[in-house]
Amino acid sequence: MSDLATPLNGRRAVGYVTVSEDAPRGMISLRGDLSDGGIAEAVRAVTGANLPEPLGLTAGEAGQVAWMSPDELLLFVAPNQTTDALTGLRSRLEGVHHLALDVTDMRAAFRLEGRGVREVLAKVTPVDMQTLAPDTVRRTRLAQVAGAVWLSDEETAHVVCFSSVGTYVFDVLATSAAPGGEVGVF
Amino acid sequence: MLRLHCPNCGVDCDETELSAGGEAHLTRFGPGSEDDDFESYLFMRKNPKGVHFERWRHVMGCGKWFHAARNTVSLRVYGTYPAQVTAPPEALLAEIDAVEPGWRNKEEA
Amino acid sequence: MAHRLATGGRRIDRSRRLGFSFDGQSLEGVQGDTLASALMANGQVLMGRSFKYHRPRGPVTAGHEEPNALVGLGQGGRFEPNARATTTPLHEGLRAQSQNRWPSLKFDVGAVNAKLSRFLPAGFYYKTFLWPASFWHKVYEPIIRQSAGLGRPPEGSDADRYEHFYHHNDVTIVGGGVAGLARALSEAQDGKRVLLIDQDDRWGGRALTDGMRDGATIDGQSAETWVADAVARLETMENVTLRLNLQGTGVYDHGWMTAYERISDHRPGTEGPRHRLWKIRTGHIVTATGAIERPLAFAGNDLPGVMLASAMRDFLDDFGVAVGSKVVVVTNNDDAYRTALALHEAGVTVRAVVDARTSVTGALPGQVRDAGIEIVTGSGVKATGDQVVRSVELCAIGGDGTSKGRISCDAVAMSGGWSPVPHLWSHCGGKLLWDDARAFFYPDANRPPLGADGGAMVSAEGAAAGDLTLSALTQGPEEAPMRPVWIMPEKAGPELRTKMFLDYQNDVKVSDIQLAAREGFISVEHAKRYTTLGMATDQGKLSNINGLAVLADARGEPIPTVGTTTFRPPFTPISMGSIAGEARGEIFQPLRRTPIHAWHEENGADFEPVGQWRRPYCYLRPGEDRHSAVKREVLNVRSNVGLLDASTLGKIVVKGPDAGKFLDLVYTNMMSTLKVGRCRYGLMCSENGFLIDDGVVARLSEDSYLCHTTTGGADRIHAHLEEFLQTEWWDLQVYTANVTEQWAQIAVVGPNARKVLEKLGGMDLSKDALPFMAWAEGALAGIPARVFRISFSGELSYEVAVPANQGRALWDKLLEAGAEFDIQPYGTEGLHVLRAEKGFIMIGDESDGTVIPQDLGLNWAISKKKDDFIGKRGQERSHMTDPDRWRLVGLETLDGSVLPDGAYVVDEGENANGQRNMQGRVTSTYYSPTLDRGIAMALVRRGPERMGEVLEIPGTDGRSYKARICDPVFYDKEGVRQDV
Ligand SMILES: [Zn+2]
Repeated sequence: MSDLATPLNGRRAVGYVTVSEDAPRGMISLRGDLSDGGIAEAVRAVTGANLPEPLGLTAGEAGQVAWMSPDELLLFVAPNQTTDALTGLRSRLEGVHHLALDVTDMRAAFRLEGRGVREVLAKVTPVDMQTLAPDTVRRTRLAQVAGAVWLSDEETAHVVCFSSVGTYVFDVLATSAAPGGEVGVF
Repeated sequence: MLRLHCPNCGVDCDETELSAGGEAHLTRFGPGSEDDDFESYLFMRKNPKGVHFERWRHVMGCGKWFHAARNTVSLRVYGTYPAQVTAPPEALLAEIDAVEPGWRNKEEA
Repeated sequence: MAHRLATGGRRIDRSRRLGFSFDGQSLEGVQGDTLASALMANGQVLMGRSFKYHRPRGPVTAGHEEPNALVGLGQGGRFEPNARATTTPLHEGLRAQSQNRWPSLKFDVGAVNAKLSRFLPAGFYYKTFLWPASFWHKVYEPIIRQSAGLGRPPEGSDADRYEHFYHHNDVTIVGGGVAGLARALSEAQDGKRVLLIDQDDRWGGRALTDGMRDGATIDGQSAETWVADAVARLETMENVTLRLNLQGTGVYDHGWMTAYERISDHRPGTEGPRHRLWKIRTGHIVTATGAIERPLAFAGNDLPGVMLASAMRDFLDDFGVAVGSKVVVVTNNDDAYRTALALHEAGVTVRAVVDARTSVTGALPGQVRDAGIEIVTGSGVKATGDQVVRSVELCAIGGDGTSKGRISCDAVAMSGGWSPVPHLWSHCGGKLLWDDARAFFYPDANRPPLGADGGAMVSAEGAAAGDLTLSALTQGPEEAPMRPVWIMPEKAGPELRTKMFLDYQNDVKVSDIQLAAREGFISVEHAKRYTTLGMATDQGKLSNINGLAVLADARGEPIPTVGTTTFRPPFTPISMGSIAGEARGEIFQPLRRTPIHAWHEENGADFEPVGQWRRPYCYLRPGEDRHSAVKREVLNVRSNVGLLDASTLGKIVVKGPDAGKFLDLVYTNMMSTLKVGRCRYGLMCSENGFLIDDGVVARLSEDSYLCHTTTGGADRIHAHLEEFLQTEWWDLQVYTANVTEQWAQIAVVGPNARKVLEKLGGMDLSKDALPFMAWAEGALAGIPARVFRISFSGELSYEVAVPANQGRALWDKLLEAGAEFDIQPYGTEGLHVLRAEKGFIMIGDESDGTVIPQDLGLNWAISKKKDDFIGKRGQERSHMTDPDRWRLVGLETLDGSVLPDGAYVVDEGENANGQRNMQGRVTSTYYSPTLDRGIAMALVRRGPERMGEVLEIPGTDGRSYKARICDPVFYDKEGVRQDV
C-alpha cells in the first residue's frame, strides 16, 4: 500500500547510536483553544489520550498526543487510521473554531537507539539533553533546521522534522552518531 | 548569545532558536493616517543605550511571539511577557524602576 | 646544547620510543613528549623564523602562549600550519616542517629583512604603500601578499571530521589547577552541576611542578597527593563532569561559553572527530586559568635558547630535557630562582643568576647561594649569538648597557614576573585593576561581567585572580617583592632598543612602540594596530604588559592610565573545522528535496538552487546543452504537454470565522468574495506598499482558504501572516498552517494536458466540470487529489496536488499516461520563459522590494473597495503615485537579439557623479522559442505611455542594444489558449 511510503524509505545508519527512519505513523495537526473542553474530549475520543501539559506527551490506546504550542497539538495515530481520526475530530469539533489537518506526509521521523542517544542529540540541538525528561517534547533547532525531539526511554529518542530536509537531518544524526564520536559525559 | 524565557511554552530559549522582531509596542497607522504618524510607525525606531522593549519570536520552537524587556548595555533581562499587549506590565516597569531609577527620563531624552 | 637528561621527566615514558621527522630529518622522541621537547631532546632549539625579519627562533614557552615555535604539521588533507610545537603531542610518524624560511631553516634568504630592519619600522606598510594609487593593485598588493602570512595555507579539503557539543550546567570552571579543583569541590558539595575543564592533559597545573619542588603542602598533603585526592573525589560525584584537553576559549553573553576539545591530534587518522567545539550554557563561569610569565626586554632576548624561566624548568621537570648545558638566569623576582635550583639539581651548570634587584634576600635566592651559584645583583644583560644564544654581557640595570663582563652560555632563562590570565574574565566586559607592586593587571571583583540576572557572570580564582602564590592554600617559601623592569637596562640607547623584542611573533620591538608614541599613536588601541603589537596568533599573551609599560613610559603616564587593549576570543587559535562542526560536504547546509527529487536526479536534471530547494533548471538529453533543452521543453509545452514538479510552491491553509476578513487585510485584492471551489490570483505587500509575494488562493470551504505562495516565499509569508495574527490582529479568529510539504504538486501543461489526465481517470476534468480558475477534489488513478485549473504558462493547465508520499507515484503514472503524447518534464527555466512570453510577473525579477503592484500594471488586483490592507497606506504616499515612476513594459530588440540580464536603459545627460542618467532597467530577458526572438520585460519611466519608442540599452558586453517598448504580453494576448 503506497500509503505507507515514507520520505526516506526506511533508511538506517548504525553507529554508536542507531539512527533509523521511524515506522510510518499518521500525524494530525490540531489547532484550537486547548482550554476548551471540547478539544480535550475530541482528542480523547480519537486517541484515548488525555491532553498533555505544556511540552508534554500523552498516550492512549489509539494514539499519542504531543503538545506543540499553547494552541497546537500533534496527534500520532496508526497510519491507516489518519483519515478516520481526522473525520472524527472534525465532526466532534463542529462549531468549535479549530484547524485539523493531516500532516503525515510533510514530516520525516527518526528513531535513535542506544546508550548515547542523549549525547548524539546534544551535538545538534541547544536543548539541555542531559536533563530532558522522557516524554517531554522539545521543538528546537537541529543543526540548521527546525524539528522536535523527545525521549521515550533512556535509550530511545525520537526526532520529527520537515520531510524536505529529512535527508539532511538523517545525515546530520548519522554523522553525529558515527563511531569514535562518543563524548561520554552524560 | 542571549537566552530568553518564552512565556508561551516555558522554554529558556537559546538565541539561535529565536528571531528578533525589533521595537515593541508600536502603534499601527493605516489608511487615513497623517504622514508623520505613518512615517513614525514605519521607520522611526528607538535605539536606546539602556532599557529596551522588544519583540521576539520563538521561531525554532512554539512559533509564538513574545515581548522582552532588556538593558541593551548590561544585557540584563527584566522579563518577558505575552505579545498580545500594547504596553509593558506595570509590575515589570516597577521592577525596572527599582534597579535603574530614572530610566524613563533617559528614554524621553 | 639542548639535550635529554638521563633521568627525570614527569610526563614521559622513556620505554616507548616514537619516530618523527622535522624538515625531513628522522628523529626520535618518547611517549609523552611534545614536539618542542622532543626536538630539544635532539639538540634542536631553532624551530622557526620570525614573521617580519625572519630571525631564527626557538621556543620561549612550554605551553599555549608560545609565539615562536610554530610549525607546519602533517601532509595533504591533514596539513596544518602554525601549530605550536609546545602543545603538539608527539606521536609515531609525526611530520613537522619549519615555516617562514627559504631555502632552509638554517640558511634563510628572507633574513636579509633583519639587516634592513631599520628600514622596516612600525607603520612601514602604511607609509610605504600609500601612493600612487595606480600601484595598489599591480605592484603593492603582490608584494604584500608575498610577505603576508606565516605558515602556508593547507591545500585540498580537510581529511578530518569535527563536531559541536552543547553542554548545560550551573558552574563551569576553567582551569584544573589547585584553585580550580578547590572551587569545583566546594561548588559540587553545594549540589551544583559542575563542569571542570583544563586545556592540559593532566590535572594540577603548576602545583605538580613548582608545588612539589617547593615541598609545599595543601591541607597537610603534598601537592601531588592533594590533586590526586581532589580529582578522585570529584570523579565520584554525579553532578560533576571533569574533562581534560578542553580549553575554555571564549566567554559570551548570558553564560554562553565555547570550549575547544582536542580529541585526536595525537593519533591522526583514527576514527572519530579530530576536534570538538563545546557550546556551553552555564549559570556561572569561574576562570582559574592561572598566570603567564613575562619575558624581559633585553637586547637579543629573541635568540633561540632564551626562554621563560618557568618554561625551562617545565621542560626539565616534565620531559627531562635541558635547554642548554650552561645556563644564565636573568630575573627581577624570586620565582626564577626555582629554575636555577632545578637545573642545578639536574646537573646542568648554572653560570649565574643575574638579578635586576640590588638587594636579594629571599629564601629561594638563599638556597641558590647555598648551592654555590653566583648571584649578580643590580644588573641586566644583553644576549648575543647566532642561531642559538652564545653569551650574555652584563650591565648595570640603571645604566645605558655598558658592559661589565661577559658570561658564555648556551641558554638563558628569563623572568620578568607573572601576569594573571585575564582573558576569559575580560571577554564579556570584566574590568581589571593594576597592581603596582607586582606589576600586573588582575580582575576587579567589583566590576565583573554581568549576566542576564544582573549579577556577576564570571569570577576568578587563584592566580587568575591575582593570588600568584596560592598562599591561601599552600604552604611554600615566602617570596620577596619583585622589581618591575620594562627595559633592560633602563637607559638603553637606540642600538639596544631595536634588539629588544616585545612581540616575538610579529617582530615588534621596544623601539617600534616608542616610535609609534612619537608619531602620535598614543592610544593603546592605535599603537597596537600601528605596530601590530599583540596582533599575532598568540594575541600578545607575552607582549601585552611589557608593551603597555613601554608605551606608558613613552607617554610619561602610569600604566593603568594607558590601559589594556581588548581581550577577544578565542583564547588560542582554534581550527576552522571545529567552528564548522558537522556542517561540511553534503550537510554543509540543508538541502530541501521534493518527493520527486530522486526521479529528477536519475533523469538528467540540471539543478539550480531556489532558496534551499534544488529544482531542475532543465532536463538534459544526451548531446543537449541548457539552451537547446530549454527550447525543446518550452516548445513541447506549447504544442503538446509538459510536466512540472511544482511541489515547492508554498501552500498555507487559513481557516476560521474571520479567515476571509484576515485575507482581505493581507492581500491587496478581495478574497472574502471568492466562491468555494474557485481560485483567485492575489498579491501581498509589505506595510511599505511594496510587493512581497503573489499566488493563487483557492477557497476550500466557507471558512477556509488555501493560499499558494512563491517557492521561496512559503516560510516567510507564513511568518508574515502569523506575525500580524499574533501581534496586531489577535482578536481575529483565524488559524494558519504551512502545509507546503504535505502535498506534492505537479503541473500538467499544454494542449494535451486534459487528455493525459483523463487517461488516469477518476475525475471529470472537462471544461464545464472544471472551468479555468476552479478547483476540485477527488481521486486520480486512485490517488486522492486536488486539481487546480490555473495556468502560469498561458496554456491549458492543471496543477494536481496529492499527499507528498504519493507524489512520485502520480508522477510515474502521468509519464506513463503521457507517453503516447510524448509528454516531457520541464524545468524552472522553461517555466520562466513560458510565463515571460505571457507577460506574467515573477517575484524577485519584476519585483525587488522597491516595486509596488501599480508599477507592474496590476492595478486590477488592488481593491479600491477595502478600507485597509497591508500596504494600502504605504501606496498612498506621494512618491508612490508619482507618474514618473518606472513601470512595466515589454521590450523587443530591433534585431531580435536577447538583451543582457540586468541591463539599464540609459537617458540623456549625466548625473552629479558623471554617470549616464537612467530611465529604466531590464527585469527579465529570454530567448523565446515560441517566437524565435529575444523578449524582455523592463521597468521604464512612464513606460506604458511610451509604446513604440526605441530605447538605448548598453550591455556589459560593450554592445549597445536598441529595443522598442511594447506590450509585455508577447503571446496569445487574448488568453484563449488557457481557457479551452
Ligand atoms: Zn516558546
